[in-house]
Amino acid sequence: MGGLQKKKYESGSATNYISRNKARKKLSLSLADFRRLCILKGIYPHEPKHKKKVNKGSTAPRTFYLLKDIRFLLHEPIVGKFREYKIFVRKLRKAYGKAEWSGVQRMKENKPAYKLDHIIKERYPTFIDAVRDVDDALSMCFLFSTFARTGKCHVQTIQLCRRLGVEWMNYIITSRSLRKVFLSIKGIYYQAEVLGQTITWIIPYQFAHDHPTDVDYRVMATFTELYTTLLGFVNFRLYQTLNLVYPPKVKHTKCASIKYMDLHISYQKLAALSASLARTVPSVEDEEAELDHFPAEGEDLEKMETREKMELEQNKQKKLFEGLKFFLNREVPRESLAFVIRCFGGEVSWDKSLCIGSTYDETDETITHHIVDRPTIDKQYINRYYIQPQWVYDCVNGKILLPVEEYFLGVTLPPHLSPFVEESEGDYVPPEKLKLLALQKGEKPQAEEDEEEEEEEEDDEDDEEEDDQSEDEDEAEDEASLAEMEEKRAQGKSLSVKVTPGKVKPENRMRTEQEEKAEEKRLAIMMMKKREKYLYDKIMFGKKRHVREANKLAAKRKAHDDANKPDKKKKKKKC
Amino acid sequence: ILDNTEYLYKMCVFESFPIQSRQKQKKLLHTGMSKFTLILTSLNLQVLDKCKIFSSVSLLVFITFSVRSQDIRNTVGNIPMEWYKDYPHIGYDLDGKKLFKPIRNKDELDEFLDKMENPDYWRTVQDKMTGADIRLSDEQVDLVHRLQQGKFGDVNFNEYEPAIDFFSNEVMIHPVTNRPQDKRSFIPSLIEKEKVGKLVHAIKMGWIKPRRPKETTPQYYDLWAKEDPNSILGRHKMHVPAPKMKLPGHEESYNPPPEYLMSEEERLAWEQQDPEDRKLSFLPQKFACLRAVPAYSRFIHERFERCLDLYLCPRQRKMRVNVNPEDLIPKLPKPKDLQPFPTTQSLVYRGHSSLVRSISVSPSGQWLVSGSDDCTVRFWEVSTARCLKTVEVGGAVKGVAWNPNPSICLVAVSYDDTVVLLNPGLGDRLVCTASDQLISSYEEPEEVKDQLVQWAVAEGEGHEQGHRLILKHPKAVRQVTWHGKGDYLACVMPDNGSSLQVVIHQVSKRRTQNPFRKNKGLVQCVSFHPIRPYFFVATQRYVRVYNLIKQELTKKLMANCKWISSMAIHPGGDNVICGSYDCRLAWFDLDLSTKPYKVLRHHKKALRSVAYHRHYPLFASGSDDGSVIVCHGMVYNDLLQNPLIVPVKVLKGHTITHDLGVLDVTFHPTQPWVFSSGSDGTVRLFT
Repeated sequence: MGGLQKKKYESGSATNYISRNKARKKLSLSLADFRRLCILKGIYPHEPKHKKKVNKGSTAPRTFYLLKDIRFLLHEPIVGKFREYKIFVRKLRKAYGKAEWSGVQRMKENKPAYKLDHIIKERYPTFIDAVRDVDDALSMCFLFSTFARTGKCHVQTIQLCRRLGVEWMNYIITSRSLRKVFLSIKGIYYQAEVLGQTITWIIPYQFAHDHPTDVDYRVMATFTELYTTLLGFVNFRLYQTLNLVYPPKVKHTKCASIKYMDLHISYQKLAALSASLARTVPSVEDEEAELDHFPAEGEDLEKMETREKMELEQNKQKKLFEGLKFFLNREVPRESLAFVIRCFGGEVSWDKSLCIGSTYDETDETITHHIVDRPTIDKQYINRYYIQPQWVYDCVNGKILLPVEEYFLGVTLPPHLSPFVEESEGDYVPPEKLKLLALQKGEKPQAEEDEEEEEEEEDDEDDEEEDDQSEDEDEAEDEASLAEMEEKRAQGKSLSVKVTPGKVKPENRMRTEQEEKAEEKRLAIMMMKKREKYLYDKIMFGKKRHVREANKLAAKRKAHDDANKPDKKKKKKKC
Repeated sequence: ILDNTEYLYKMCVFESFPIQSRQKQKKLLHTGMSKFTLILTSLNLQVLDKCKIFSSVSLLVFITFSVRSQDIRNTVGNIPMEWYKDYPHIGYDLDGKKLFKPIRNKDELDEFLDKMENPDYWRTVQDKMTGADIRLSDEQVDLVHRLQQGKFGDVNFNEYEPAIDFFSNEVMIHPVTNRPQDKRSFIPSLIEKEKVGKLVHAIKMGWIKPRRPKETTPQYYDLWAKEDPNSILGRHKMHVPAPKMKLPGHEESYNPPPEYLMSEEERLAWEQQDPEDRKLSFLPQKFACLRAVPAYSRFIHERFERCLDLYLCPRQRKMRVNVNPEDLIPKLPKPKDLQPFPTTQSLVYRGHSSLVRSISVSPSGQWLVSGSDDCTVRFWEVSTARCLKTVEVGGAVKGVAWNPNPSICLVAVSYDDTVVLLNPGLGDRLVCTASDQLISSYEEPEEVKDQLVQWAVAEGEGHEQGHRLILKHPKAVRQVTWHGKGDYLACVMPDNGSSLQVVIHQVSKRRTQNPFRKNKGLVQCVSFHPIRPYFFVATQRYVRVYNLIKQELTKKLMANCKWISSMAIHPGGDNVICGSYDCRLAWFDLDLSTKPYKVLRHHKKALRSVAYHRHYPLFASGSDDGSVIVCHGMVYNDLLQNPLIVPVKVLKGHTITHDLGVLDVTFHPTQPWVFSSGSDGTVRLFT
């Protein structure tokens, strides 16, 4: 028997992973630099399958990187730039200390700079990859653009973030790709479909931030650095696909004064989101060519039809607000509303003193909707609706123009539902959603009756569930009564024996069949293997919990409605 | 004098100002000149000397003031006047005589009155040098005003006169200075040379970098212009993309439906939970209008946590088990197709007042015997549930067993340390008398051996009741079982470690033998092989199979359970089932392995007894949970095919008393019926 004994942990998974500290040492970087590098290059720890093996028998909690990833970092040119920058800072400090002002000046001119272009290209080899990953970048940029210039980050960063955000919003408006909006307590969620990718981002409400102390802004700044680069390139490419000028410009009208409009004002106009963008190729409006549909391979006709239907619906949604003229009162979130309305083809304006870029006045007679967020308004025009801002968002999510009555001033608003929830079977569906679905199908709402019916239906369902539960109990009861009877019979031979004509028990065939099936299932479950049984029990437990939660919500709703019903009736009587 | 003073003045002005502000000088010169005409008469050189140290404006003012007070003249010069504070005089006049301070006895009131009454109060100034009050003339007031406004003192002065270059391109005949140029202006500077040399050296050595050229590429361009999907690095294959953030549900809305808001209790529970354990990271809230929605205080935190997740959180590709639970349920043949099997409870045999430990059916299937803790043995007619006979015995009956031989009518009953052979006298009279004769025809052998068990013939009252033979054992007997031919009878006397736990009696010869020299463990039950001369002994954990002819151990079955309670052998003889107190039923295929072929855990509580049907492919198990589970257990003749086990029916009927449910189950010998006896003192028939 020749050969050396194989040592432990010298092959296999133990050699494929490397702990963070070792990786840092291998790259000879400080922790901060390593962190920055990981963020920029998108290197993240991997959870090994057999942690103990990788950890060489120890069970200490460690994070592991793939050795390949770390090797890959070894050749990163940006590491050299980090070092250069470190040296630069040291030299600069020295020059300051020696009061060599000319040296300081010269060094500042030669400040080492780095670009992240190659990293972006490498992380996202195709454009679609980049678009897919733009969610976080958008959220971060919109957050940074709301920061005050208080030294939490560079002013240039804030300005760049704002610029990129405005560019993005203008693109979404021009391409009309917004799909869903949601007013949450955290901020406003937007969902757009760009090149077939669903992209969701959140914008906080317009308030000053209370900067927390336990947040490391350096990490955030590093991410932002990467994200701004990514977003810039994505924007450029997106603008190119629509034949728009990049950096974006407001479309030139014939007005001569615009010629002299300086850069700053034009940017502000852009940020106001009320003007359309200039194109490189003067485009023919409405160039929507009818696309011929070819059934894709392995797709049957039905699928194609549904797809076509979807497309038609989408096109309809895109023109949701076309022909409507909105006017925003000064207390509503102007940017968000202007963005949403313009995304669906509506015209929007606001008070001149509120912001630049208002296109028409409040006195304009053609305004159809006036969005107000206060209980009453003094001067009202007859030929327009005065509505609360939620109407716009609910219309977008419902894909139809909802009746405005529920959104008038001073009226208690109907609940605002999340458009992101897609109820599967067995989930709890709020009654408002059912109403909306009915509206979408084109049914007329029969407000109260419908609700009651629904409730009754729900009750029925509940009853059925209870039935299932009570089956066993029933059996037990039967058994008890039987025993009782038997006992009586055993005791009381003296009892007068009476023969009564038996009744034919109506046999519920469905029921017996169901029972039979249930029993069959129960017996089969007995025969399950231990491991499968475990899994099955787990799944069933999850399902039951789901049902329980749904039931809880339904019960809560019912209790709430019951509590509010008398009030409603009173109101009705008063009316 | 005029010429003289003018010159002097010129000189003093030039010297007191640096050369560069020539324009200023000129202006000064003009004002100065006009002033001079005013002060000319009393001007003397002394004053002019002093002028040098003042700035131009104050100089002029000083001059004008000093000119006005020509009669009283103080010669102390420019000294702080508080030096004369404590003296009666204030200085000296031109003749060197003391100048006395004017008498000042004005108090605040006088001052005030003066201020109110004197119209010239505002233009009255006290001369510090003499202490006298001076009333400024209109011209002087005008001058002060103009100076305060930053204008020139002279009204007539034009400050925008065309500039006249003092040094012009025209070469004057009189040079301003006639000094020849220095030598150093002709030779290169050494210091500069040294400095330049240092810089050159530094550049050569690379210490100083030349200025970086400006970037020409724009900040953003079409990065994916030459997009090549094939250039994707191998690294991307291992890439685990970060999951997207969870989309918000209805409860995050600023105006959610009322059911998503938390009730008071839920809110309290939420607040007491650790932030990590919370299902929702926020409290759902409702606002009447959009205007009322405040800023979310944890927004930055959430973004930051997302960042941390992106770069710090270890990622792993997990295959999500997306199983339809229905698929997990094994596909078994339908119980309907496996009929016949007992499905309903049809008869209940009542009469015992205590738990019925054991039951047995006669080989003809007409009679049933049951032994109970109320010290009775009852005989029932199966088809009518009528109790035909009750035999009292001297103790709680532990086991009953009907002789499987149809030509003999004998029942073995065990209580305490006794086994009684009863002749119930039921059924065919011939058979009964034949079995009586069989017992009475016994002849004592010549050699009487010492036996482990005392055999006695019942007489008197006992005989009338049906007692035929009484076997007194040294220990309590728990179980009796017959051999298939009906001649041999095995009894179990569980006693840990004892050598005498199992005895086998031969009824025809009234002989008893102890088959084992030593018993390992506590024997639970025993059984004869239905066809071959094998003997099964179940101890706590193992079932041992002995060959009775060769007198050796052939097999040891590992039951994989804690405590075997019962055992039954398939009529074919190749399969054994064992019930155990830890809710398991183990099916052994003797040809296959010594380990269970299948373990069923379908009872909730301990199994008390198991039984095979003699003809049908059925077996049943009774348990403390009060249920009898009937399973289809098909054994194929083909050795390659494994037995098929399908549970077909759960029979419930017995009530649970004292935590005990079903104590014994047994099948009808010919029909697919099952009997069960329970702790509630009943025997039930399921058909």
